[in-house]
Order: sequence, then structure tokens, then C-alpha cells
Amino acid sequence: MLHTVNKSPFGNDTLNSCLRMSTDGCAILLIEDGVYGATDGTSISDQVKEAMKTKSVYALKPDVDARGISTKVIDGIELIDYAGFVTLVADQKATQSWL
Amino acid sequence: MAQIKKFLYVNRKAPYGTIYAWESLEVVLIGAAFDQDVMLAFVDDGVYQIVKGADTKGIEMKNFSPTYSALGDYDVKKIYVEKESLEKRGLTVDDLLDLKWEDEDDDWAERDSIHIVSSAEMAAIMDDAEVVLSF
Repeated sequence: MLHTVNKSPFGNDTLNSCLRMSTDGCAILLIEDGVYGATDGTSISDQVKEAMKTKSVYALKPDVDARGISTKVIDGIELIDYAGFVTLVADQKATQSWL
Repeated sequence: MAQIKKFLYVNRKAPYGTIYAWESLEVVLIGAAFDQDVMLAFVDDGVYQIVKGADTKGIEMKNFSPTYSALGDYDVKKIYVEKESLEKRGLTVDDLLDLKWEDEDDDWAERDSIHIVSSAEMAAIMDDAEVVLSF
């Protein structure tokens, strides 16, 4: 399963819910304002790092670059482009968008 | 001349994901033409609006970071950022745009527009406003 999160983790519980209700081995892709969840040193970065032990976490690079946070991304989060997004969707049996 | 009022624009949304940040900036620039006493507040995800280093080529949207630098020229020189919001997001003042205004009473010396304030100080700033516009 691929999960996508497009909301900032600080405005509501979207990322929290995704982390809580996703299974080991799944892929989680942070897009749009969701990419703020990929930054280090925040109030939720420890939770993201914990999830990364069992889940693959990605962030969409164009969205990261647009927000000026490319130097703050947590080590181990893979930055992918739009083609990589398509590949992720194609490789997984289904996609759940946490809107 | 109409009475000058204290206008406060409160920004609480991240840029690009929604249109709020850009709309706010446009209203601030339009409002600046009316010679009011203008203050900007950045709290919660709003602090992301003034993070430097934005490159929007990949998402094919207008990068409006440079527009914030024009605020000083429109006499918008009181920009308050809540310290607690920065800390929660792992940010410091060094991550923010270097926004300046020129002091005509002191040989156009450059002064910082951005002031980092505590929640309590922000509360007082908000309480002091006569017109509040929220984005």
C-alpha cells in the first residue's frame, strides 16, 4: 500500500493518523504541505524517524524545493520527482490519500 | 485625512499548499497604499511563508518569496514572528528571509523588519490592533 499525505503535520492529525494506521513495509509519500513532515528537529520528527524503521518514507522533491526546506530533510527520507511518484503508484497494489 | 488605524494581518498557513499566503501578501501590499499603521504576524504554519531558499520551478508556481522583500519599500516594517511556532518546526531566525526597511530619519540606515516575539508578546500585539485581517 502507498499512503500519500498532503497536509502539514502541525495543522492537524493527518500525518499522525497515517503513521498510526499504516502497516510495516508500506510506502509513505509526503507531498504538497505534507513535506514539512519530512523536516528534522521538529516536534514530530522523532515519530517520523520511528516509522522509518519499518516503513519507507519518501518526499516529493519539487514540493520540498518550493518550500526552501531541502537542507532540513531527515536523513534516510528519499526525495523523488514526479516520475518517481508515478513509479511508486504503479508498483503498489493501491494508494490511500490522507486528505 | 482619515484617521490612521493599527492594522494587523495574521498569517497562519503554509505557502503554496493553499492560496492563503499569496492572497494575504497581495492584500497587505494593496492596503499599504492607504497609509495605515500596518503590522504582520506570522504564527503556526504561517512562519513557513518567510523561510528563505524557496525554489518553485519544480511545481510550476510563482515564487513569491522575493515579494516579501518589497514590504519595506511600502513602509511595512513591523513583522512579528512567534518564537514558539519556529521552535516547534525546528526553525530559527537564520532560516528566515532577511527583511529590511530603510530609516529616512537616520540617513536611510537599514533596519531589521522581522522581530521574534514570545507568545505573550504576540498576545499583546494582537490585543493592541484595531483592525485584524486573518489568513
